[in-house]
Amino acid sequence: MARIVAGVTTSHVPAIGAMIDQGRQQEPYWAPIFGGFEFSKRWMAELKPDVAIVIYNDHASAFDASIFPTFALGCADRYLPADEGWGRRPVPTVRGHADLACHIAQHMILDEFDLTVVNRMDVDHGLTVPLNLLFGDLKADQAWPCQVIPLPINVIQYPPPTGKRCYAMGQALRRAVESWPGNERVVVFGTGGMSHQLQGTRAGFINTPWDTRFLDNLTRDPLALTRITHAEYVREAGSEGIELVMWLAMRGALDEHVREVYRFYHVPCSNTALGHIILEND
Amino acid sequence: MTEPQLSPYLTEFEDIPGTYVFNTFRSRQGFHLNQFCMSLMKADNRVAFKADNAAYLAAWELTDAQRDAVLARDWTGMMREGGNIYFLSKLFSTDGHSFQHVAAIMTGATQAQYAKMMLDGGRAPQGCRSKSDPSL
Repeated sequence: MARIVAGVTTSHVPAIGAMIDQGRQQEPYWAPIFGGFEFSKRWMAELKPDVAIVIYNDHASAFDASIFPTFALGCADRYLPADEGWGRRPVPTVRGHADLACHIAQHMILDEFDLTVVNRMDVDHGLTVPLNLLFGDLKADQAWPCQVIPLPINVIQYPPPTGKRCYAMGQALRRAVESWPGNERVVVFGTGGMSHQLQGTRAGFINTPWDTRFLDNLTRDPLALTRITHAEYVREAGSEGIELVMWLAMRGALDEHVREVYRFYHVPCSNTALGHIILEND
Repeated sequence: MTEPQLSPYLTEFEDIPGTYVFNTFRSRQGFHLNQFCMSLMKADNRVAFKADNAAYLAAWELTDAQRDAVLARDWTGMMREGGNIYFLSKLFSTDGHSFQHVAAIMTGATQAQYAKMMLDGGRAPQGCRSKSDPSL
Protein backbone atom coordinates (compact mmCIF):
# COMPACT_ATOMS: atom_id res chain seq x y z
CA MET A 1 0.00 0.00 0.00
CA ALA A 2 1.10 3.57 -0.63
CA ARG A 3 1.69 5.62 2.52
CA ILE A 4 1.51 9.26 3.52
CA VAL A 5 4.79 9.86 5.32
CA ALA A 6 4.65 13.55 6.19
CA GLY A 7 2.79 16.82 5.78
CA VAL A 8 4.15 20.24 4.89
CA THR A 9 2.45 23.60 4.83
CA THR A 10 3.80 26.80 3.40
CA SER A 11 2.64 30.15 2.08
CA HIS A 12 2.87 30.49 -1.69
CA VAL A 13 3.56 34.22 -2.15
CA PRO A 14 4.10 34.90 -5.89
CA ALA A 15 6.94 37.37 -5.26
CA ILE A 16 9.02 34.44 -3.91
CA GLY A 17 8.85 32.87 -7.36
CA ALA A 18 9.74 36.17 -9.02
CA MET A 19 12.81 36.56 -6.76
CA ILE A 20 13.97 33.03 -7.59
CA ASP A 21 13.47 33.64 -11.30
CA GLN A 22 15.45 36.91 -11.08
CA GLY A 23 18.17 35.43 -8.84
CA ARG A 24 17.52 37.92 -6.02
CA GLN A 25 17.34 35.48 -3.08
CA GLN A 26 20.33 37.05 -1.33
CA GLU A 27 18.91 40.57 -1.14
CA PRO A 28 18.54 41.73 2.49
CA TYR A 29 14.73 41.69 2.36
CA TRP A 30 14.60 38.16 0.92
CA ALA A 31 17.59 36.37 2.50
CA PRO A 32 15.82 35.67 5.85
CA ILE A 33 12.79 34.31 3.98
CA PHE A 34 14.81 31.86 1.88
CA GLY A 35 16.97 31.10 4.93
CA GLY A 36 13.85 29.88 6.72
CA PHE A 37 13.63 26.97 4.28
CA GLU A 38 17.24 25.72 4.45
CA PHE A 39 16.42 23.09 7.08
CA SER A 40 13.28 22.13 5.16
CA LYS A 41 15.15 21.47 1.93
CA ARG A 42 17.62 19.20 3.75
CA TRP A 43 14.74 17.42 5.48
CA MET A 44 12.97 16.91 2.16
CA ALA A 45 16.15 15.67 0.47
CA GLU A 46 16.42 12.99 3.18
CA LEU A 47 12.74 12.11 3.04
CA LYS A 48 12.95 11.38 -0.71
CA PRO A 49 9.19 11.06 -1.32
CA ASP A 50 8.00 9.38 -4.51
CA VAL A 51 4.95 11.60 -4.84
CA ALA A 52 3.89 15.03 -3.56
CA ILE A 53 0.15 15.74 -3.44
CA VAL A 54 -0.01 19.53 -3.49
CA ILE A 55 -3.18 21.13 -2.14
CA TYR A 56 -3.24 24.70 -3.40
CA ASN A 57 -5.50 27.20 -5.10
CA ASP A 58 -5.52 28.42 -8.64
CA HIS A 59 -5.36 32.23 -8.87
CA ALA A 60 -7.36 32.89 -12.06
CA SER A 61 -4.74 31.01 -14.09
CA ALA A 62 -6.05 27.57 -15.12
CA PHE A 63 -9.65 28.43 -14.26
CA ASP A 64 -11.17 31.72 -15.42
CA ALA A 65 -14.38 33.27 -14.08
CA SER A 66 -16.43 30.66 -15.98
CA ILE A 67 -15.85 27.99 -13.37
CA PHE A 68 -14.74 27.74 -9.74
CA PRO A 69 -14.35 24.02 -8.92
CA THR A 70 -14.59 23.55 -5.15
CA PHE A 71 -12.28 20.50 -5.08
CA ALA A 72 -10.41 19.36 -8.18
CA LEU A 73 -7.75 16.74 -8.84
CA GLY A 74 -5.12 16.77 -11.57
CA CYS A 75 -5.10 13.41 -13.35
CA ALA A 76 -2.66 14.32 -16.13
CA ASP A 77 0.87 13.10 -16.91
CA ARG A 78 2.34 16.58 -16.92
CA TYR A 79 1.52 20.19 -16.06
CA LEU A 80 3.17 23.28 -17.50
CA PRO A 81 3.87 26.30 -15.29
CA ALA A 82 1.11 28.82 -16.09
CA ASP A 83 1.69 32.10 -17.91
CA GLU A 84 0.32 34.44 -15.25
CA GLY A 85 0.74 37.50 -17.45
CA TRP A 86 4.51 37.74 -17.75
CA GLY A 87 5.45 34.42 -19.36
CA ARG A 88 5.74 30.91 -17.94
CA ARG A 89 8.02 30.59 -14.89
CA PRO A 90 11.35 29.02 -15.88
CA VAL A 91 10.87 26.00 -13.60
CA PRO A 92 10.68 22.33 -14.56
CA THR A 93 7.52 20.92 -16.07
CA VAL A 94 5.60 19.18 -13.30
CA ARG A 95 5.50 15.41 -13.77
CA GLY A 96 2.16 13.96 -12.70
CA HIS A 97 1.30 10.48 -11.45
CA ALA A 98 -1.80 9.91 -13.58
CA ASP A 99 -2.39 6.31 -12.51
CA LEU A 100 -2.37 7.11 -8.81
CA ALA A 101 -4.39 10.29 -9.38
CA CYS A 102 -7.09 8.41 -11.32
CA HIS A 103 -7.23 5.83 -8.54
CA ILE A 104 -7.58 8.59 -5.94
CA ALA A 105 -10.36 10.27 -7.94
CA GLN A 106 -12.29 7.01 -8.28
CA HIS A 107 -11.79 6.02 -4.64
CA MET A 108 -12.72 9.42 -3.24
CA ILE A 109 -15.83 9.83 -5.39
CA LEU A 110 -17.08 6.35 -4.44
CA ASP A 111 -16.19 7.32 -0.84
CA GLU A 112 -18.71 10.17 -1.40
CA PHE A 113 -16.16 12.94 -1.85
CA ASP A 114 -17.08 14.39 -5.22
CA LEU A 115 -13.95 15.77 -6.85
CA THR A 116 -13.75 17.42 -10.26
CA VAL A 117 -11.33 15.47 -12.47
CA VAL A 118 -8.96 17.67 -14.48
CA ASN A 119 -7.15 16.07 -17.42
CA ARG A 120 -5.36 19.19 -18.55
CA MET A 121 -4.37 22.38 -16.75
CA ASP A 122 -1.45 24.67 -16.15
CA VAL A 123 -0.23 25.16 -12.58
CA ASP A 124 0.45 28.63 -11.20
CA HIS A 125 2.61 30.04 -8.39
CA GLY A 126 0.28 28.43 -5.83
CA LEU A 127 1.92 25.10 -6.72
CA THR A 128 5.33 26.00 -8.14
CA VAL A 129 6.45 28.30 -5.30
CA PRO A 130 5.99 25.62 -2.61
CA LEU A 131 7.88 23.13 -4.82
CA ASN A 132 10.75 25.63 -5.07
CA LEU A 133 10.79 26.27 -1.33
CA LEU A 134 11.03 22.55 -0.48
CA PHE A 135 12.93 21.14 -3.48
CA GLY A 136 15.15 24.10 -4.39
CA ASP A 137 15.67 26.56 -7.21
CA LEU A 138 15.44 24.18 -10.14
CA LYS A 139 15.52 25.52 -13.68
CA ALA A 140 13.32 24.66 -16.65
CA ASP A 141 15.79 22.11 -18.07
CA GLN A 142 15.98 20.21 -14.76
CA ALA A 143 13.41 17.86 -13.19
CA TRP A 144 11.52 18.00 -9.90
CA PRO A 145 12.74 15.08 -7.79
CA CYS A 146 9.30 13.46 -7.45
CA GLN A 147 5.97 13.11 -9.17
CA VAL A 148 3.27 15.62 -8.25
CA ILE A 149 -0.52 15.38 -8.00
CA PRO A 150 -2.14 18.84 -7.95
CA LEU A 151 -5.28 19.23 -5.85
CA PRO A 152 -6.71 22.74 -6.32
CA ILE A 153 -9.37 24.02 -3.90
CA ASN A 154 -11.49 27.09 -4.54
CA VAL A 155 -10.70 29.76 -1.96
CA ILE A 156 -11.37 32.76 -4.23
CA GLN A 157 -15.15 32.72 -4.58
CA TYR A 158 -17.18 32.59 -1.36
CA PRO A 159 -18.18 30.25 0.02
CA PRO A 160 -15.04 28.15 -0.26
CA PRO A 161 -15.36 24.77 1.45
CA THR A 162 -15.40 24.90 5.24
CA GLY A 163 -12.30 24.02 7.20
CA LYS A 164 -14.16 21.00 8.55
CA ARG A 165 -14.93 19.81 5.01
CA CYS A 166 -11.29 20.31 3.97
CA TYR A 167 -10.14 18.26 6.98
CA ALA A 168 -12.60 15.49 6.01
CA MET A 169 -11.30 15.67 2.45
CA GLY A 170 -7.78 15.09 3.77
CA GLN A 171 -9.04 12.01 5.62
CA ALA A 172 -10.69 10.71 2.43
CA LEU A 173 -7.50 11.43 0.50
CA ARG A 174 -5.55 9.32 2.95
CA ARG A 175 -7.96 6.40 2.60
CA ALA A 176 -7.62 6.64 -1.18
CA VAL A 177 -3.80 6.70 -1.06
CA GLU A 178 -3.68 3.77 1.34
CA SER A 179 -5.91 1.66 -0.91
CA TRP A 180 -3.42 1.96 -3.80
CA PRO A 181 -1.42 -1.25 -4.29
CA GLY A 182 1.88 0.51 -5.09
CA ASN A 183 4.57 1.25 -2.52
CA GLU A 184 4.82 4.99 -3.09
CA ARG A 185 5.82 7.21 -0.19
CA VAL A 186 3.68 10.33 -0.37
CA VAL A 187 4.14 13.78 1.15
CA VAL A 188 1.10 16.09 1.30
CA PHE A 189 1.46 19.85 0.93
CA GLY A 190 -1.10 22.35 2.22
CA THR A 191 -0.30 25.78 0.84
CA GLY A 192 -1.33 29.43 1.15
CA GLY A 193 -1.86 31.68 4.18
CA MET A 194 -1.13 32.87 6.72
CA SER A 195 -2.83 36.16 7.62
CA HIS A 196 -3.00 38.57 4.70
CA GLN A 197 -5.40 40.87 2.92
CA LEU A 198 -4.70 42.20 -0.57
CA GLN A 199 -7.72 44.46 -1.04
CA GLY A 200 -9.87 47.22 0.38
CA THR A 201 -8.91 49.82 2.97
CA ARG A 202 -7.91 47.00 5.33
CA ALA A 203 -5.17 45.73 2.96
CA GLY A 204 -1.93 44.86 4.73
CA PHE A 205 -3.76 43.18 7.62
CA ILE A 206 -1.50 40.86 9.67
CA ASN A 207 -2.46 39.00 12.88
CA THR A 208 0.58 37.27 14.36
CA PRO A 209 -1.04 36.09 17.65
CA TRP A 210 -3.87 34.44 15.70
CA ASP A 211 -1.42 32.85 13.23
CA THR A 212 0.70 31.54 16.12
CA ARG A 213 -2.33 29.92 17.73
CA PHE A 214 -3.20 28.33 14.38
CA LEU A 215 0.33 26.91 14.06
CA ASP A 216 0.22 25.61 17.67
CA ASN A 217 -3.14 23.94 17.16
CA LEU A 218 -2.05 22.02 14.07
CA THR A 219 -0.46 19.61 16.54
CA ARG A 220 -2.34 20.38 19.79
CA ASP A 221 -5.95 20.58 18.67
CA PRO A 222 -6.61 20.40 14.92
CA LEU A 223 -10.32 19.76 15.51
CA ALA A 224 -10.57 23.18 17.15
CA LEU A 225 -9.21 24.64 13.91
CA THR A 226 -11.95 22.91 11.91
CA ARG A 227 -14.54 24.94 13.83
CA ILE A 228 -13.21 28.32 12.63
CA THR A 229 -15.92 29.98 10.54
CA HIS A 230 -15.29 31.80 7.25
CA ALA A 231 -16.21 35.07 8.95
CA GLU A 232 -13.58 34.45 11.63
CA TYR A 233 -10.94 33.77 8.97
CA VAL A 234 -11.75 37.06 7.22
CA ARG A 235 -11.99 39.04 10.44
CA GLU A 236 -8.89 37.57 12.14
CA ALA A 237 -6.66 36.48 9.22
CA GLY A 238 -7.75 38.85 6.44
CA SER A 239 -9.74 38.19 3.28
CA GLU A 240 -6.96 36.08 1.74
CA GLY A 241 -6.16 34.33 5.05
CA ILE A 242 -9.04 32.01 4.12
CA GLU A 243 -6.39 30.01 2.23
CA LEU A 244 -5.61 28.39 5.59
CA VAL A 245 -8.49 25.96 5.08
CA MET A 246 -6.09 24.23 2.67
CA TRP A 247 -3.73 23.59 5.58
CA LEU A 248 -6.55 21.68 7.27
CA ALA A 249 -6.94 19.49 4.17
CA MET A 250 -3.28 18.49 4.59
CA ARG A 251 -3.78 17.99 8.34
CA GLY A 252 -6.71 15.62 7.77
CA ALA A 253 -4.43 13.32 5.76
CA LEU A 254 -2.13 12.76 8.76
CA ASP A 255 -2.58 10.83 12.02
CA GLU A 256 -4.53 12.33 14.91
CA HIS A 257 -1.25 12.74 16.79
CA VAL A 258 1.61 14.32 14.90
CA ARG A 259 5.03 15.69 15.74
CA GLU A 260 6.08 19.18 14.75
CA VAL A 261 9.46 18.79 13.06
CA TYR A 262 10.01 22.41 12.07
CA ARG A 263 8.28 25.78 12.03
CA PHE A 264 9.09 29.10 10.36
CA TYR A 265 7.11 32.34 10.54
CA HIS A 266 8.14 35.65 9.01
CA VAL A 267 6.52 39.07 8.53
CA PRO A 268 6.44 40.59 6.00
CA CYS A 269 6.75 38.60 2.83
CA SER A 270 5.33 41.10 0.35
CA ASN A 271 1.79 41.60 1.79
CA THR A 272 1.75 38.37 3.73
CA ALA A 273 2.61 36.70 7.03
CA LEU A 274 4.62 33.76 5.75
CA GLY A 275 4.07 30.54 7.67
CA HIS A 276 5.62 27.11 7.21
CA ILE A 277 5.42 23.92 9.25
CA ILE A 278 6.57 20.32 8.83
CA LEU A 279 4.59 17.56 10.54
CA GLU A 280 5.31 13.85 10.82
CA ASN A 281 3.02 11.14 12.15
CA ASP A 282 4.01 10.45 15.76
CA MET B 1 -29.49 42.34 -11.66
CA THR B 2 -31.61 42.27 -8.53
CA GLU B 3 -29.95 43.19 -5.28
CA PRO B 4 -29.43 39.90 -3.43
CA GLN B 5 -31.14 39.41 -0.12
CA LEU B 6 -28.22 38.90 2.25
CA SER B 7 -28.23 35.46 3.82
CA PRO B 8 -27.16 35.05 7.46
CA TYR B 9 -23.85 33.72 6.05
CA LEU B 10 -23.18 36.86 4.01
CA THR B 11 -24.50 39.21 6.70
CA GLU B 12 -21.70 38.13 9.05
CA PHE B 13 -19.08 39.59 6.67
CA GLU B 14 -20.86 42.94 6.49
CA ASP B 15 -19.47 43.96 9.88
CA ILE B 16 -15.85 43.57 8.71
CA PRO B 17 -14.55 46.95 7.58
CA GLY B 18 -12.67 47.74 4.38
CA THR B 19 -13.15 44.29 2.84
CA TYR B 20 -14.89 43.00 -0.28
CA VAL B 21 -15.99 39.39 -0.04
CA PHE B 22 -16.17 37.94 -3.55
CA ASN B 23 -19.34 35.89 -3.22
CA THR B 24 -21.39 34.19 -5.93
CA PHE B 25 -23.50 37.33 -6.48
CA ARG B 26 -20.41 39.52 -6.98
CA SER B 27 -18.97 36.80 -9.20
CA ARG B 28 -22.01 37.08 -11.49
CA GLN B 29 -22.01 40.88 -11.32
CA GLY B 30 -18.31 41.03 -12.23
CA PHE B 31 -18.20 38.17 -14.74
CA HIS B 32 -17.45 40.21 -17.87
CA LEU B 33 -15.11 42.56 -16.01
CA ASN B 34 -13.13 39.61 -14.67
CA GLN B 35 -13.10 37.87 -18.06
CA PHE B 36 -11.80 41.08 -19.68
CA CYS B 37 -8.96 41.07 -17.12
CA MET B 38 -8.33 37.40 -17.87
CA SER B 39 -7.92 38.20 -21.58
CA LEU B 40 -4.82 40.23 -20.66
CA MET B 41 -2.93 37.04 -19.91
CA LYS B 42 -2.26 36.82 -23.66
CA ALA B 43 0.56 38.96 -24.99
CA ASP B 44 -1.31 40.00 -28.18
CA ASN B 45 -4.26 41.20 -26.13
CA ARG B 46 -1.99 43.22 -23.86
CA VAL B 47 -0.56 44.99 -26.89
CA ALA B 48 -4.02 45.77 -28.28
CA PHE B 49 -5.32 46.98 -24.90
CA LYS B 50 -2.31 49.21 -24.31
CA ALA B 51 -2.65 50.72 -27.77
CA ASP B 52 -6.24 51.84 -27.14
CA ASN B 53 -7.94 51.03 -23.84
CA ALA B 54 -11.39 52.28 -24.85
CA ALA B 55 -11.45 50.50 -28.21
CA TYR B 56 -10.39 47.23 -26.58
CA LEU B 57 -13.05 47.58 -23.88
CA ALA B 58 -15.78 48.19 -26.48
CA ALA B 59 -15.69 44.49 -27.33
CA TRP B 60 -16.59 43.55 -23.75
CA GLU B 61 -20.08 43.60 -22.21
CA LEU B 62 -19.15 45.89 -19.34
CA THR B 63 -21.53 48.20 -17.51
CA ASP B 64 -20.77 51.92 -17.76
CA ALA B 65 -19.60 51.88 -14.15
CA GLN B 66 -17.23 48.97 -14.84
CA ARG B 67 -15.85 50.58 -17.99
CA ASP B 68 -15.33 53.95 -16.28
CA ALA B 69 -13.59 52.29 -13.33
CA VAL B 70 -11.21 50.41 -15.65
CA LEU B 71 -10.37 53.51 -17.68
CA ALA B 72 -9.76 55.52 -14.48
CA ARG B 73 -7.88 52.58 -12.87
CA ASP B 74 -10.24 53.04 -9.95
CA TRP B 75 -9.38 49.78 -8.18
CA THR B 76 -11.89 50.21 -5.38
CA GLY B 77 -14.55 51.01 -7.99
CA MET B 78 -13.71 47.81 -9.87
CA MET B 79 -13.98 45.81 -6.63
CA ARG B 80 -17.36 47.41 -5.93
CA GLU B 81 -18.54 46.43 -9.43
CA GLY B 82 -17.72 42.76 -8.91
CA GLY B 83 -14.02 42.65 -9.73
CA ASN B 84 -11.89 40.10 -7.93
CA ILE B 85 -8.36 41.03 -6.91
CA TYR B 86 -6.73 38.00 -8.60
CA PHE B 87 -8.43 38.89 -11.89
CA LEU B 88 -7.68 42.61 -11.46
CA SER B 89 -4.03 41.61 -10.98
CA LYS B 90 -3.88 40.82 -14.72
CA LEU B 91 -4.80 44.46 -15.39
CA PHE B 92 -2.33 46.05 -13.00
CA SER B 93 0.40 43.64 -14.14
CA THR B 94 -0.26 44.82 -17.69
CA ASP B 95 0.25 48.37 -16.37
CA GLY B 96 3.53 47.23 -14.78
CA HIS B 97 2.31 47.54 -11.19
CA SER B 98 2.62 45.20 -8.20
CA PHE B 99 0.07 44.00 -5.65
CA GLN B 100 1.69 46.35 -3.16
CA HIS B 101 1.20 49.33 -5.49
CA VAL B 102 -2.53 48.65 -5.80
CA ALA B 103 -2.98 47.72 -2.14
CA ALA B 104 -1.43 51.05 -1.17
CA ILE B 105 -3.83 52.95 -3.45
CA MET B 106 -6.84 51.13 -2.02
CA THR B 107 -5.80 52.04 1.51
CA GLY B 108 -5.20 55.68 0.61
CA ALA B 109 -1.48 55.46 1.46
CA THR B 110 1.56 56.09 -0.71
CA GLN B 111 3.42 52.95 -1.72
CA ALA B 112 6.32 54.01 0.52
CA GLN B 113 4.00 54.44 3.52
CA TYR B 114 2.35 51.10 2.83
CA ALA B 115 5.70 49.31 2.41
CA LYS B 116 6.88 50.77 5.73
CA MET B 117 3.69 49.63 7.46
CA MET B 118 4.36 46.09 6.19
CA LEU B 119 8.01 46.22 7.32
CA ASP B 120 6.80 47.34 10.74
CA GLY B 121 4.66 44.19 11.02
CA GLY B 122 1.63 45.02 8.91
CA ARG B 123 -1.75 46.47 9.79
CA ALA B 124 -2.55 45.44 13.36
CA PRO B 125 -5.95 43.88 13.97
CA GLN B 126 -6.68 46.22 16.87
CA GLY B 127 -9.23 48.72 15.63
CA CYS B 128 -10.14 47.06 12.33
CA ARG B 129 -11.92 43.85 13.24
CA SER B 130 -15.39 45.36 13.21
CA LYS B 131 -17.19 48.36 11.74
CA SER B 132 -17.83 49.40 15.33
CA ASP B 133 -14.05 49.95 15.65
CA PRO B 134 -13.06 53.47 14.77
CA SER B 135 -9.68 53.22 13.01
CA LEU B 136 -10.55 52.72 9.31
